[in-house]
Amino acid sequence: MRRSIAMILAIVRKDLLSELRSKEIAVSILLFALLVIVVFSFAFDPETEALEIVAPGVLWIAFTFAGMLGLSRLFAAEKEKGGLEGLMLCPMERDLIYWGKLLGIFLFMMIVEAVITPIFLVLFDFPLWIPELGLISALATLGFAAVGTLFSAMAAHTKARDITLPVLFIPITVPVIIAAVKAAEAALGGEPFGEMASWLGIITAFDAIFLVVSGFVFEFVLEE
Amino acid sequence: MKGKSVPVDLWLWGLASALMTAAVSLIFFYAPTEREMGDIQRIFYFHVPLAWIAFLAFFIVALCSALYLWKRETKWDTIAHSSAEIGVLFTTLVLITGPLWARPVWGSWWEWEARLTSSLVLWMIYLAYLLVREYAGAEERGARFAAVVGIIGFLDVPIVYLSVNLWRTQHPPELVSDLGGAMLLTLMVSLAAFTVLFAVLLRQRTALRNLDRRVKKLKRQH
Repeated sequence: MRRSIAMILAIVRKDLLSELRSKEIAVSILLFALLVIVVFSFAFDPETEALEIVAPGVLWIAFTFAGMLGLSRLFAAEKEKGGLEGLMLCPMERDLIYWGKLLGIFLFMMIVEAVITPIFLVLFDFPLWIPELGLISALATLGFAAVGTLFSAMAAHTKARDITLPVLFIPITVPVIIAAVKAAEAALGGEPFGEMASWLGIITAFDAIFLVVSGFVFEFVLEE
Repeated sequence: MKGKSVPVDLWLWGLASALMTAAVSLIFFYAPTEREMGDIQRIFYFHVPLAWIAFLAFFIVALCSALYLWKRETKWDTIAHSSAEIGVLFTTLVLITGPLWARPVWGSWWEWEARLTSSLVLWMIYLAYLLVREYAGAEERGARFAAVVGIIGFLDVPIVYLSVNLWRTQHPPELVSDLGGAMLLTLMVSLAAFTVLFAVLLRQRTALRNLDRRVKKLKRQH
């Protein structure tokens, strides 16, 4: 157990180090998420009430697409430079690679979301302290990362890499996207926690099922 | 095995044709016209069996995918692949017949309602299942990736349904229990017709795929 955790953390450390040097994932998705939010502010007239209604959707469109961008880089860079072969040659179980990579992308996305959310709240004129948003983001991002890491590894091995990931990722994460938007709507509207409980329940169920199943089937994706 | 499979398929084709003829006759000449919706309700006898069988098809995909990953026998992958194709075809028909019915009854082609949205998501997942196989390049890798998607996708369906159901619901509730005798009979014959049709299509598609594989193998040898 301790050895496994050490190995997972070693992979996370490697990803963080390579990110600090290349700034390939976190920085690019941060910029991308910001651009999405700005574009949406232009697309809807800020004078009308409509902005408030579409706001939770805008936030989660930004997170979904930014997350997908990050996921598409997660294994692509490894594949290009032969890093994946190196990882697979390491004397450890294949599912540890999954957990390490999952933790890495989860951290990157959480950092990005922690930066983007306050900017979003300012641009869309909401109160700045809404702690529920943090919980929603953490749960939903875990769900994204759970299936995303699996599909990212798959996409890295296919010809049409850039299209494989969204084609798989979006339909499967529909429940997370719906639930996150609805929960964010309740949080932004200042409603009590009970209003978002059932939505958070759906995301938690998704997380639990797909963390277990993806961890289990991951070895079939990497096997060659 | 090759010599024997032809007569079985012929029998099944015959049965499917007979049942389909019976179903269509019952739907248009026997089943009573629904009081409120009128003739448009007859599309229900196609729509519901198609949806049920599509779901059966995707269940077979998930089952055979798991068997493939476990046993690594090509036959399971062949069945899963064929079943997914037919499932996508049937779901496409469900998504076409649904709006045709909804327009006069609800007054709109499409509503973002639980069962409609779930069917649409289901359709997208299994299209992805077919695509990932194409994109994978090597046949064995495509089979593995598709099997993973087949399992993940099927597990996703109840969560999709749950979330969309909580989001909004408008679909007519399951009316099967209070259908009149004539309507129930028509539905059952139609269901039987589509079930046999599915079985025939699955057998034929699987056989075709096996032949295809043999041709490729023979080509490589020469």
